[in-house]
Amino acid sequence: MDTPSGKLVRSHCVGTTAVVYASDYLNKLTGEKIERECRRQLNCGCRALVIDFSDTKLVNSIGISILLGIIDVAEKNGAPIVFSEVNHPTVELFEMLGLTRHVVLAKDEREALMNLSRYETTPVVH
Amino acid sequence: MEPSTQKLIHTFGALADLGQEIAGTGDFTEMVRTSMHLLLGTLALRRGAVLECSGDGPLRCVALWGVGDQALTDFDISDAEKEGFIGCEAIEWLVQNASTTNGFLNRYRAKLVENGIELVLPMIVRGEVTGLVLLGGKASGEEFSTEDFETIRAMVRHIGVGIHTHRLLEQVAQRAQENRRLYEEMRAIYRDTIRAFAAAIDIKDKYTQGHSERVGRYSEIIAREMGWSEDEVEGIQIAGYLHDVGKLIVDRNIINAPYNIDAKLSNELNRHPMAGYEILAPIKHPYADIPLMAKYHHERIDGRGYPDGLTDEQIPLGAKIVSLADSFDAMTTDRPYRRRRSFEDVVRDLRESSGKQFDGKVVAAFARAILKEVNGETKERRITKMLGKDYLEGEHVSTLLQDLITDLSHEKAQKAQN
Repeated sequence: MDTPSGKLVRSHCVGTTAVVYASDYLNKLTGEKIERECRRQLNCGCRALVIDFSDTKLVNSIGISILLGIIDVAEKNGAPIVFSEVNHPTVELFEMLGLTRHVVLAKDEREALMNLSRYETTPVVH
Repeated sequence: MEPSTQKLIHTFGALADLGQEIAGTGDFTEMVRTSMHLLLGTLALRRGAVLECSGDGPLRCVALWGVGDQALTDFDISDAEKEGFIGCEAIEWLVQNASTTNGFLNRYRAKLVENGIELVLPMIVRGEVTGLVLLGGKASGEEFSTEDFETIRAMVRHIGVGIHTHRLLEQVAQRAQENRRLYEEMRAIYRDTIRAFAAAIDIKDKYTQGHSERVGRYSEIIAREMGWSEDEVEGIQIAGYLHDVGKLIVDRNIINAPYNIDAKLSNELNRHPMAGYEILAPIKHPYADIPLMAKYHHERIDGRGYPDGLTDEQIPLGAKIVSLADSFDAMTTDRPYRRRRSFEDVVRDLRESSGKQFDGKVVAAFARAILKEVNGETKERRITKMLGKDYLEGEHVSTLLQDLITDLSHEKAQKAQN
């Protein structure tokens, strides 16, 4: 979808799961865009979230804080959340900071969707 | 990489970002919000808020994350409770610490716990509590370590300084704005006073009522055409209003004499530029050289003017402008001993007097300004208003002005060649 700032946050739905793609550097600007997109997807009726980090090289402190906010919102909505294709240093960072206590890490998007398929109900119409 | 090294790198990165954020001059709320995110992200804290002390009122929530919008409002804090935070140790920041004597924590403990807040830290700048930072627990579920407390303490201190600095800058900006407003008011009062003064000068001469006001306006129009700045234009307008202030010391009968006055009376009248200078010099004007413009408005390029017989380059440009405006108004208004002259006659006089009495560049600028008005290129018809609507009528007016401008530019080019 097109964000107000004009930059694109890629996302698509697979059944009732929204897949949102994080950018190469997860900081304040890009983090807030991803957060808005996740909220939008949940408001539209998505029941689960996959955040794909295949393009992401670096996550800074603000990125961590924003991801925690997304986890919070997802939990409040009862939506399970999976982080897919996270690079090794970022996995270490997530583990060190305890994010992995709240999200499942998947090797790739396919594995993430399979992991979430047990939550699948009716497809979402946007 | 060792987890401790990785944690250190992550914390250093956050501290560097925090420093940059605080040093920025962007939006205050955004600065606090970003700083709070940096703090939360450094230790992966799930929720937090920054509350600012605002006078005697309740604490103002500037930033909030992971908690409902209305959850952390309506906190009051007394001066004694603020004092209670100063110099306190990490253990006393813990909301769960039931042994604390801090009135704020004891009063709001239930509300803080209910919203997942585990730590309350004061932001202390120059010995004063400027606000509080409320923090939730770590995403890892671990207890806070001593290192965590050190990191939090350092970052909260940074945020406090950032808030304090932004507030100071806001106050400075507010004061500067207030001063600007007062200055503008004073300038308006100054201008109005000067105009009233100009009217008082002109009342002495029953035939030239409104002369000083018109000279002020013509001077302003010429200066603007010559590309002067707004401040300089305002200054010369004032000089125009005041150029004849020295006439206050000249006998009313000489000023109002219905005939060409003799040499003795003329000498008496010619004292007025110097007298004007003496009146204006002790006054601290907000514009430069006003007394000099009054003193030299009867000087001539050829050195035959008074009081000092200065020549071309010795005469300040402002005085040359006022001189032309003064003479132009004298030529285009009725006097006790003659009717005003036709515009054709005036243009001829200006042409002949350029380089002798007047500076050609100033005459050319005035001619351009009049031409623009005649051709309808100006929003207002200010010169026409002063001269009367029929005075600049007719196609010949435009031609006269165009010819004058051309002649003067040729003369200027020739002068440059020589």
